[in-house]
Amino acid sequence: MNELALPKAPSRGKTLRRLASRNKVACAAACILLVIVVLSLLAPWLHLPDPVAMAPVDRLKPPGEAGLMGTDKFGRSIFSRILFGTRISLVVGVAAVLVAAACGTVIGLIAGYLGHWQEYITMRVMDVLFSFPSIILAILIVSIIGAGFGSIVLAIALVQTPIFARIVRGSTLSVKNIEYVHAAEASGATTGLILRRHILPNVAAPILVQLALSMSGAITMEAALSYLGLGAVPPTPSLGSMLNENRSSMEIAPWTVLYPGIALAVIVLCINMFGDAVRDYMDPRIRKNM
Amino acid sequence: MFSFLARRLITVFLPTLFGMSILVFGAMHAIPGSYVDVLLGVGQDITPEQRQQIVAQYGLDKSIPLQYLTWLGNVVRGDFGTSLKSGNTVTSEILSRLPVTLELAVLATIVSLVLAIPSGILAALHRGRWPDTVLRLFALIGLSVPNFLIATMLVLFISTKWRVLPTTGFVPVGDGLWPNLRSLILPVISLGALLAASIMRMMRSSMLEELGKEYLTVARAKGLQQRRIVLGHALRNSLIPVITVVGIQTGYMLGGTVIVEQVFAIPGIGRLALDAVNQRDYPMVMGTVMFIAAAFVLMNLVTDIVYGFVDPRIRVGGDHE
Repeated sequence: MNELALPKAPSRGKTLRRLASRNKVACAAACILLVIVVLSLLAPWLHLPDPVAMAPVDRLKPPGEAGLMGTDKFGRSIFSRILFGTRISLVVGVAAVLVAAACGTVIGLIAGYLGHWQEYITMRVMDVLFSFPSIILAILIVSIIGAGFGSIVLAIALVQTPIFARIVRGSTLSVKNIEYVHAAEASGATTGLILRRHILPNVAAPILVQLALSMSGAITMEAALSYLGLGAVPPTPSLGSMLNENRSSMEIAPWTVLYPGIALAVIVLCINMFGDAVRDYMDPRIRKNM
Repeated sequence: MFSFLARRLITVFLPTLFGMSILVFGAMHAIPGSYVDVLLGVGQDITPEQRQQIVAQYGLDKSIPLQYLTWLGNVVRGDFGTSLKSGNTVTSEILSRLPVTLELAVLATIVSLVLAIPSGILAALHRGRWPDTVLRLFALIGLSVPNFLIATMLVLFISTKWRVLPTTGFVPVGDGLWPNLRSLILPVISLGALLAASIMRMMRSSMLEELGKEYLTVARAKGLQQRRIVLGHALRNSLIPVITVVGIQTGYMLGGTVIVEQVFAIPGIGRLALDAVNQRDYPMVMGTVMFIAAAFVLMNLVTDIVYGFVDPRIRVGGDHE
């Protein structure tokens, strides 16, 4: 992503090789991600040990002795808790990002296309939301609604909405004065129709890129809130809450935090690498210079 | 310079703070149920007279806008109300926790700067070779892995496996400087990782951009040493974008302290805020959230000012949104 300013322009062959090697990393990330997503979505049908039911006989068994990744202090399989936890993280992340994208797109379209006071008010509200450190905003929301997945989805969505709104507004501003939009206005198309049929398709690309980039932020935030005890309510598994609740047994049973930690890191890293590649690919400025 | 400062204050700083105050106040009054019950907690048996008294004491019989204005007036004078749990004023609790959080944040910023700026320069000078690859991998990890995970892994390996550093707990400066710093090593690393990674990345790309410019080609052509080109000419200009990253990310670090203080049981403002949420101590939630948010906006303002100071083009050019 930092290839913007090359001291000297590389040859064409080098450019192609670079593109391929970059895509190789992105491909690998996408493949790992795909495996994780499929596994976690299929988790309920994989005949895994129950991630919630306690089995004191099996408590703190090391990996190999009980399941692939051992068990926690309640005798629950770490592996199945990771898969079920990932499943929840993904659902929360996707839901939050989609809500944010939908709200942000509508706000951005209205602000960018209508301008005037509609733009002023909506964008100032977005500025205020954007000015909170995201975890503080999330804490504020959770303190009102209470812990749980609904409030985390809302909190993450609220944190992410301004990002989408700004991007969509910017793109809308750049397309609203193109002639076909004026033609549509002249032929008497309603604002809603113009926004839907003529402007939205032209601002879709940056929205898609941001969807990919926002996912890792959403998953990290879900894990952080669950870690703080503001998200997943026990005994529901979540990668964040696993890291927190197993801290006490970390010393005698390091696997109880090691594997959830690795899982979270791998997921976020893969999403980031994939998102970066998508952005680089979509941004012709960077692509040209690569 | 002064008019630039005034413009930033009026167009960005104050409206944002005003909006934040409305949001925080509105959020607290959007809590389902009567605010009196919220203040008292569930299961309290009180007579209607007592309730009346509380309503009057908190001014809850007045209209919402009036309540807001009263609250805002107090906040502006530094009065965030009284904690429902400890009975102390929110302001005094925040001020007593402030030095700890400040120490943590300042140390994390210094460590990040000291590590990241040379690394960024090094990576730029060796672009594409192994030092660059290694450093960029570290940056990717720092950017991707959430701070509580870094913290957990540090505790797992450094404290419980090798037993080098204390796992959690904070030692005040009063008990000696070294024990104090020792208890902050892991928190500072966890908190600073994101900052260091962002600074390093920005330093690298901005240095690369600078090195490609014509005036440095001239400098090279006249036979100037690489050392003088990099440190004497390129560094100064390439630091400008880095300042923005430092400013913004230091602001975000205030949010990060909430998590890191919780992980390492450090009695700072972040932990105060989180405890307040868990104990439903609403005046404390409002106070801490407002305080951290205001500090964040202030940090952005300071960044703007420093930026305008370093780069005269911005000062003269007016608003750069």
